[in-house]
Amino acid sequence: MKSAVIVFPASNCDRDAKVALEQMTGKTPAMVWHQDSELPEVDLVVLPGGFSYGDYLRCGAMASQSAVMKSVKAHADKGGMVLGICNGFQVLTESHLLPGALMRNAALKFVCRPVGLEIEETQSAFTRKYENGQRVTFPVAHGEGSYFADEETLNRLEGENRVAFRYAKGENPNGSARNIAGILSEKRNVLGLMPHPERVVDEVLGGTDGRNLFHSLIETLS
Amino acid sequence: MTQITAAMVREHGLSDAEYARILELMGREPTFVELGIFSVMWSEHCSYKSTRAHLKKLPTKAPWVIQGPGENAGVIDIGDGDAAIFKMESHNHPSFIEPYQGAATGVGGIMRDVFTMGARPIAMMNALRFGEPDHPKTRHLVSGVVSGIGGYGNCMGVPTVGGEVNFHKSYNGNILVNAMCVGLARQDKIFLSAAKGAGNPVVYVGSKTGRDGIHGATMASAEFDDASEEKRPTVQVGDPFTEKLLLEACLELMATDAIIAIQDMGAAGLTSSSAEMGDKGGSGIELDLDKVPQREANMTAYEMMLSESQERMLAVLKPGREAQAEAIFKKWELDFAVIGITTNTNRLVIKHKGKVEADMPITALSDAAPIYERPYTERKPLAGEPAYDKNKPVLASLKTILASPDMASRRWVWEQYDHTVMADTVQVPGGDAAVVRVHGSKKALAITTDVTPRYCRPDPFEGGKQAVAEAWRNLTAVGALPLAVTDNLNYGNPQKPEIMWEIVAGIDGIGAACRALDFPVIGGNCSLYNETNGEGILPTPAIGGVGLMQDVTKMATVAFKRAGDVVILIGETKGHLGQSIYLREIEGREEGAAPKVDLAVEKKNGDFVRKLIEAGRVDTVHDVSDGGLLVAVAEMAMPRGIGASIGLAGLPEAIPFWFGEDQARYVIAAPLAQADKIVAEAQAAGITVAELGKTGGDTIILDDKDSVKIAALKDGFENWFPNYMSGEEIPVTN
Repeated sequence: MKSAVIVFPASNCDRDAKVALEQMTGKTPAMVWHQDSELPEVDLVVLPGGFSYGDYLRCGAMASQSAVMKSVKAHADKGGMVLGICNGFQVLTESHLLPGALMRNAALKFVCRPVGLEIEETQSAFTRKYENGQRVTFPVAHGEGSYFADEETLNRLEGENRVAFRYAKGENPNGSARNIAGILSEKRNVLGLMPHPERVVDEVLGGTDGRNLFHSLIETLS
Repeated sequence: MTQITAAMVREHGLSDAEYARILELMGREPTFVELGIFSVMWSEHCSYKSTRAHLKKLPTKAPWVIQGPGENAGVIDIGDGDAAIFKMESHNHPSFIEPYQGAATGVGGIMRDVFTMGARPIAMMNALRFGEPDHPKTRHLVSGVVSGIGGYGNCMGVPTVGGEVNFHKSYNGNILVNAMCVGLARQDKIFLSAAKGAGNPVVYVGSKTGRDGIHGATMASAEFDDASEEKRPTVQVGDPFTEKLLLEACLELMATDAIIAIQDMGAAGLTSSSAEMGDKGGSGIELDLDKVPQREANMTAYEMMLSESQERMLAVLKPGREAQAEAIFKKWELDFAVIGITTNTNRLVIKHKGKVEADMPITALSDAAPIYERPYTERKPLAGEPAYDKNKPVLASLKTILASPDMASRRWVWEQYDHTVMADTVQVPGGDAAVVRVHGSKKALAITTDVTPRYCRPDPFEGGKQAVAEAWRNLTAVGALPLAVTDNLNYGNPQKPEIMWEIVAGIDGIGAACRALDFPVIGGNCSLYNETNGEGILPTPAIGGVGLMQDVTKMATVAFKRAGDVVILIGETKGHLGQSIYLREIEGREEGAAPKVDLAVEKKNGDFVRKLIEAGRVDTVHDVSDGGLLVAVAEMAMPRGIGASIGLAGLPEAIPFWFGEDQARYVIAAPLAQADKIVAEAQAAGITVAELGKTGGDTIILDDKDSVKIAALKDGFENWFPNYMSGEEIPVTN
């Protein structure tokens, strides 16, 4: 599986994504600068966490306009895999690769803590190695992660089994609608999620629940 | 030319004697720009004029110290060609006036101090002191400072891994915000600030210069009064996005060999960075301010030299490397300008619009800056054991203490900090020390910040010792070998002899402990004049300690992990209640002697505990500090809800045994098979040791009689902070 990590100015989980991909796939991902308008030939594009362009505007709004995003969209249109984590999820909604928006956390504060998640949908390239309904723990670290979409969109997401991750009961850290933590695109090749799977692939860091996300991708793509 | 009047001199915070010295050094009346430059360079904040004579007494050397005090940050050898670079610095005055921006720029400033030396910042810590919880300003200040620290650090993508928060009325009008940054570099890639050689280009990189923060260093060197909030416009505004770009661009430039010297523009901005670089390099510096990237129109030379706009760096490059450097900064969309040249004149020359605005000997700003041996009046340390009511129920008191402002969980604070970004945080906040892995290795750094201000007023010397000893103990408790400290000395007005004594005794105490524990001081910062309307803060010499762990998988944490472990107390309990949390929270008094630290015992006990951890024999350790033994045991029980049945050992009286704050103590929990051996080995080594009982159940049981549910303790412990911050009535817990 070949992968690329997009680096926007003030991306700050780009190295974490790179290290996790190296550990899980044994291959070093290409690090692609936001001004590069061409992507290398890859199976998976990762939009990492961070504060792209400082996120002084709506989170991800500036990044969605950057040169590289045209190529990311083209990659997704061709059915290529795209994974957006945290700020990456925000970039995906701002780019309309995923529906809805990420709003300010309900408590109006940044929140960093491990949260319990339920795997809602295993019929995807990103989650096939998990069990349906399996409970996992990933950390979150964001100020604007409250998922919002209109009722019709939410119904559609659920109806099409596109909610991949949900915050477990009592664990919703940000007021997300219907406890949604991560969603798939219509063609199921784009996943955006607020929690950080790349921070839970290493035993020493207190958990390995994120590994199966990478195992799922490896199994799908190789 | 502007005529310098006596009023101008006073407004610049200079005394008549200091101005007379300036006239002598210059051989003429200074220009207005020169007066401004003297004002900031001779300010307490930049010159350390009241403390320098005493700071010299601190131990600063050890075989593992690569760079001691005097550079932007200290550097230690952590093996394999790696170096840890760290420093702590205060941003007290700005944070009181404008908490969000004050705290944010404090974080930004200390990060620049570390990455200007070639290190990638890997962890942030902070030591915060606020006024009483029911003071009308406290909530606002806590909320602003915490979100400011988070706002900056989170965007930078550097984990904020811990720190401390205290509340005390002495900080009502003068909070303390001390931020510490730890970075990693290769030993052969460390950058210093000495601008050696003449004819080398001086380049300016980062943000544009604006009118913000003019005279910040002077403000930080004066007492506050009720009008201080009018100084809000002098607080700088932080831009972590630009700083993140600056970090990456600097590290990219540092990977080349184009740099001769580099220094961040912190307090006193362009003035101090150019003067210090010239001074250390033994060269002169000539700047053309027309070339300085400016954010506002019509800025004067005075404004540009004194601006404290953030996210800026000054570097001296090898000649001919300008284009290479410029390409890197352009890639990161940052300003880059050659604004001057080094000379062999030893003078700082400032030109603007074709006019020489300043031309002064650099040594006048450094070596010739005043040093004061300020008079001090010794005060006898408070002595005596305070009385207490022997009939107060122990477990009800425990519950009250755990839900008190200084002891309750700080989760509300640290969950607002991204503490796991960079994917190397092995021990998150809430334990004895944070542990951050050295990327790509099995090694890790342990980091802590400590001081117990309530000990430092009654006994500044013992308080200084205790701050160092507690930092050393916290690093030891996770299994790290303590290597070095940075100190952040927060005191009141040094021109008052009783305050000056607190400073001198505090430094002596720190020195004594650092020497005894092989724990040298490699850098730091002094923040004086922490007073409002004549009321000084508690002396608060915050110590930031760093230790090294060779194998991170051996790390110990505070949480009880298994039922049936034997709970062992290492160290002697005499039941010292003077200045304790118990006395303050339960008896409502701040009295008696501060606890004394026996440094030889401290070292012996700590070395014993560390060896157990390193050998993989013990994974559950907690130091005994604020609140005493029973609080320590409760803190070990709460994380996983595993209780313990324990009893008095060695003292007949329950209250001093459970709540006394004797030093040099640890609680460990070890499997039965290990426990007997550990006790025997401790006894053989002459270490006071006692078995307190066993872990298990979901309660803490004392002497097989009284018990309390851990869930009930946890309720008060976890809820105090969120309830307080949401403005809800604080429930009485006993």
